Amino acid sequence: MNFKQKYVFLFPGLFVLIGILIFPIIFVVRLSLSGWNSYNGLNFIGLENYIRLFTDDPRFWESFFRLSFLSVTTVILQYVIGFALAHLVWKDIKFQRFFRVLFLIPMMTTPVIMTVIWRTFFHESLGPVNDILSNFGMSPKWLTDPVLAKVTVIIVEVWQWTPFMFLLLLAGLLSLPKEPFLAAAIDGASPVRKFLYVTFPLMAPISIGAIIIRLIEASKIMDTVYVLTSGGPGTSTETSSFYIFIKGLREFQMGYAASMSFTYLIIMIISLTVIAKVLTKLMLKD
Amino acid sequence: MGKLYKFLKYFFITFWAVFVVAPFLWALTTSFKDFNSVNGGATYIPWVDFEPKLEGWRVLIKSPANGGVDIIEPYFNSLFVTCTASLISIVLGTLSAYALSRFTFKAGFVKNNDITFFFISQRIMPPIVLSIPFFLFLGAINLLDSLIGLIVVYIVLLMPIAVWIMVDFFNKVPREIDETALIDGCNPYQAFFKVVLPNSIPGLIVAGMFCIIFGWIDFFFAFILTFTEVQLLPVKIVALNSSITPWWSLSASALVSVAPLIIVAFIVERYLSKGNLSGAIK
Repeated sequence: MNFKQKYVFLFPGLFVLIGILIFPIIFVVRLSLSGWNSYNGLNFIGLENYIRLFTDDPRFWESFFRLSFLSVTTVILQYVIGFALAHLVWKDIKFQRFFRVLFLIPMMTTPVIMTVIWRTFFHESLGPVNDILSNFGMSPKWLTDPVLAKVTVIIVEVWQWTPFMFLLLLAGLLSLPKEPFLAAAIDGASPVRKFLYVTFPLMAPISIGAIIIRLIEASKIMDTVYVLTSGGPGTSTETSSFYIFIKGLREFQMGYAASMSFTYLIIMIISLTVIAKVLTKLMLKD
Repeated sequence: MGKLYKFLKYFFITFWAVFVVAPFLWALTTSFKDFNSVNGGATYIPWVDFEPKLEGWRVLIKSPANGGVDIIEPYFNSLFVTCTASLISIVLGTLSAYALSRFTFKAGFVKNNDITFFFISQRIMPPIVLSIPFFLFLGAINLLDSLIGLIVVYIVLLMPIAVWIMVDFFNKVPREIDETALIDGCNPYQAFFKVVLPNSIPGLIVAGMFCIIFGWIDFFFAFILTFTEVQLLPVKIVALNSSITPWWSLSASALVSVAPLIIVAFIVERYLSKGNLSGAIK
């Protein structure tokens, strides 16, 4: 079909989005090539910010690797748990609808608000976790130990976003064709073999989609960290976004923050494209 | 095999269910505590471990002058921003999605898929990248710390979701529907509004719910782009967290803030079980 009217459908949305985004993006690039102070605004300093970023700022790269570690770990955990849960409530089970609703609930709750609750939950002397663990003579420092603070962030992220993975995978499972399963049943395949040779391959495209979507969202981890640990102790839970936030909107080094955020955006686009390609190859190899 | 598998299955489901419910239960009990029952170490069961008090819930309706937490205004702000931005995103996103699903566009090397990708790829943009220019721009046109400024930003967050869900949905609505309408003498607008749209209600509901979820739960932009004039709910609660420590009022206000969207979980599950979602989410 082709009509002149097609532009009337497409353009309002497209131009509103471009209109809102185009100046900010151009401005980030321009700002990243500038020094910034409140007296005389922008002054062009060429690539100085980028040179500083690539040669003299290990903290940015550390925060970036920390972010990669946190997002990959949480997404793997979410995928495994989400798939297991979706598979368990896919077929007949008692209280099926109750469990489905229950498992969806965390993603409907505001992450920062739940994180405020989690903070009290993991409180070192007054929280229930350490109250229970103290019976075994343990009192881990959930929020102030560099390693455990990461674990806490991961636990909270997994709690919050496994439901999203669960939702995508369950929707996928429910849309699978019936014939392959009938064939497997006729062949007398065991449940394990049925999962490995029928369900899992059929779910591969949906799995890839779900993993990529979650990786995109996880790469933005920031508000949970802000509320839970404020990047601490030290910088041990600081992610890229959080570091850029500190530089740009706390220390007001706008130009430098813009160069970091532009670099960060480019790295995100490249790495997500590569991950998508690799996953597609791995999971669809046959 | 059979028995062990069944045991593990229910064990895992129960374990996860407890994990999901735990923070809510903890917040609920905490909201009925007072100073002594919070600061004396963790307590769990009302009347047995501690004497329940209603103070945490009372401060919700008190005015701030009397020591209340004043979350009513942020509540309506959040509701207004989320609904307006979702509505605009859904209307514009649905129109664009329909165009991308039905018509062919070509401008140089840019084709339909590229335009769709442009829409969806806005989700990849880390919020921090946009926050700095938005902060300066909205400041320049006096929209910093205002509801309109936030709505503009939220459209960028939400329209990709609307387009993503609706393109997939329209691809599944048979083309014959529009073609028949056109043969019957409708113009393309009538075909869309009178025939295609009424057949797309499930897709619209799913897209609407996702826009509302992702608008309601956003903290970052509200946190950076508003200060005192306008406060959204998540920012308010986090501010409570750092300014006052009474866990009881904190828990009560947190519970009140997350409650409305839990209804959405029921609606999503309905659509999921009916199989409507499998088409809408892919």
